[in-house]
Amino acid sequence: MAEIRLKNLAHSYATDPEHTTDYAIHEMNHVWEQGGAYALLGPSGCGKSTLLNIISGLVIPSHGSVTFDGVEVNDISTQDRNIAQVFQFPVIYDSMTVYDNLAFPLRNMKVLESEIDAKVREVADILELSDILQRKANNLSADQKQKISMGRGLVRDDVSAILFDEPLTVIDPNLKWKLRRKLKQIHERYNITMVYVTHDQLEASTFADKIALMYEGKIVQFGTPRELFENPNHTFVGYFIGSPGMNLLKMTLSEQGAELGGITFGLNAEQRALLQGAKNAELTLGIRPEFVQLSAQQNEESLPCTIQHTEDLGTYKIVTVMLGDHSIKIRLDEEQQIPTQDAYLNFPNQWVKFYADDYLINSTEGEATSE
Amino acid sequence: MSLVLENVNRSVDNTSYLKDINLSFEPGSFNVLLGRTLAGKTSLMRIIAGLDKVNSGKVIVDGVDVTEQSVQKRNISMVYQQFINYPNMNVYDNIASPLLLAGTPASEIKKRVQETAEMLRIEAFLKRYPLELSGGQQQRTAMARALVKDATILLFDEPLVNLDYKLREELRQELRELFKLRNSIAIYATTEPNEALALGGTTTLLHQGRVLQTGPAIEQYRYPINLDAADLYSEPPINILPGTISEQEVTFDEYASFPVAGHFKDVAVGAYRFGIRPSHMSLVPKNDDDIELAVQVEVAEISASETFLHVANKHFQLVLQLSGVHDYRTNTPVKIYLPPEKLFLFDFEGGIIKAPYPAREQGAQQHG
Repeated sequence: MAEIRLKNLAHSYATDPEHTTDYAIHEMNHVWEQGGAYALLGPSGCGKSTLLNIISGLVIPSHGSVTFDGVEVNDISTQDRNIAQVFQFPVIYDSMTVYDNLAFPLRNMKVLESEIDAKVREVADILELSDILQRKANNLSADQKQKISMGRGLVRDDVSAILFDEPLTVIDPNLKWKLRRKLKQIHERYNITMVYVTHDQLEASTFADKIALMYEGKIVQFGTPRELFENPNHTFVGYFIGSPGMNLLKMTLSEQGAELGGITFGLNAEQRALLQGAKNAELTLGIRPEFVQLSAQQNEESLPCTIQHTEDLGTYKIVTVMLGDHSIKIRLDEEQQIPTQDAYLNFPNQWVKFYADDYLINSTEGEATSE
Repeated sequence: MSLVLENVNRSVDNTSYLKDINLSFEPGSFNVLLGRTLAGKTSLMRIIAGLDKVNSGKVIVDGVDVTEQSVQKRNISMVYQQFINYPNMNVYDNIASPLLLAGTPASEIKKRVQETAEMLRIEAFLKRYPLELSGGQQQRTAMARALVKDATILLFDEPLVNLDYKLREELRQELRELFKLRNSIAIYATTEPNEALALGGTTTLLHQGRVLQTGPAIEQYRYPINLDAADLYSEPPINILPGTISEQEVTFDEYASFPVAGHFKDVAVGAYRFGIRPSHMSLVPKNDDDIELAVQVEVAEISASETFLHVANKHFQLVLQLSGVHDYRTNTPVKIYLPPEKLFLFDFEGGIIKAPYPAREQGAQQHG
């Protein structure tokens, strides 16, 4: 069990990095506390796998250090870091039984057979593998194999952390639910530091207490799923979290308010004050599809729009509308009606965010967490 | 161009992969095959392509039986899950390769490659090699190669599964637009109901090698033919509660009951399975006649804007999809509410008796 800390960590695959573009990981300081459930989320190429490999010891960072409970581990091999890893594709011994697969790490450590037996049965019980302990692993389904991979990490008491690298990729959607729920239960029970790498925001947010969202080698926001959703501190966070992502509308300031390509969005005093300091920056107004209100009735603050397209996804609908030159997506519940003729939008002030050169313009309470 | 599959069966070593498949695809249509892994999606595509043989049945293109025709003779393009490109050729040559093979004049090739690359927004990378591209760009290259020739039939076998979900969202939208412009038959396989719903077109539900249902995805979501179909359209999976209907009452395991009303009125007395989608249950009653169930929280999965609350009592295990954040510790007792008018009714074989949606015409309504 360990607290994992990254100190002034940076990594370049180039031997003589000169430009910032030479870095796969830009300098960062970051802490994963002991016992936490964390996700490392980002698109492919953002550096999340590099970072995971640095923690596990497969990649030695070119700058800075990694510490486990205060001890620098840069030069310690993967085995000696006591990291358990679960990969995209289950890594197990097909010719062995489920039991022997689970017992394998303990037998390597020369643990007493009686202790091994107790531990294997305990873990098998939690993972619902008890009924198939004597079966050969090769005929099992992908989700069962992936549970064995996890189990091999859980049998060891000395594990510092379990790292998951896209563990549900090969699992069918209906089984993903079960396996994810299992993971969550395991975390609640074992209090092991877990870091879960994924590009899937649903997996990240349901698994993790806190998500580190990576973009171009940087952690752009570290926070609870809710914080990332409700208060994205960068336009990329707004775009990447949420399906569809945040509506991001380029805007300029005028006497009347925010100019959104032919449409004026009225600003209140507080919003105006917020934007004053960022006059020279490139400004963006952000609002999530979930928070845009669509109505057939006009009110004082509503903006006229035209409906372009509706996607009915059963449990919800995505409506695309044009507001001036901007295309805006709105997420509506199954039961909500879509106006057939005139349509109007409302942006509730509480959910309207402003970005200067892609970074959130903070009001007093929302403090950026770039660490 | 039309494509018809007649009584197609395929098995290997006594394992049956496709059973009595009868399907017809309209000219210029966009079609989705929705099913789990091993449902038969890839098997079906390989037979359409001529890569695998049928054990019995026929493949008919434009009225001509092509069952025995080789893959080369069929004018088909296929895109796979894995990004398959020629690593030693740049993007331009990769896209041009099918046209070169077909002996297309050089000037025509140049024009078509350029057009297709622009359509897929990879025109800036034509000089690069596949390994210098991101996954999304590699898959766009593979798609461009499939789209550049005027194939009669375009097969897409889970083409987006290995991509970031954000990229998936974007490419999905592009694909829908791309297919609108073409006159070929496009068939797109996926395991994800949301993809079928978002792509539109005609969806065929495949389950264990059989066709369950064919039609618009949203219709299937509302009127699944059986429990398997309902389950394929539910993410998280649809909740099932066993119960009975008597003259006056509907009862779940003698645990909760409500008067027979609404769409249960003319149902025969007996034992049934009731289905309810996770998004239709709530923690507060929405109507007076909502059914209250006392349960305990197993785990609360909190996504950014929603909570998936897994609950159980000694009779059932259910999942609720709630909007907003609802943080509950394991074992917390809670009360949940089921609106009876949202219940699906299945018999014990899984056949559907009643769907909770009123008029069938409503399902077909779509904008844009």
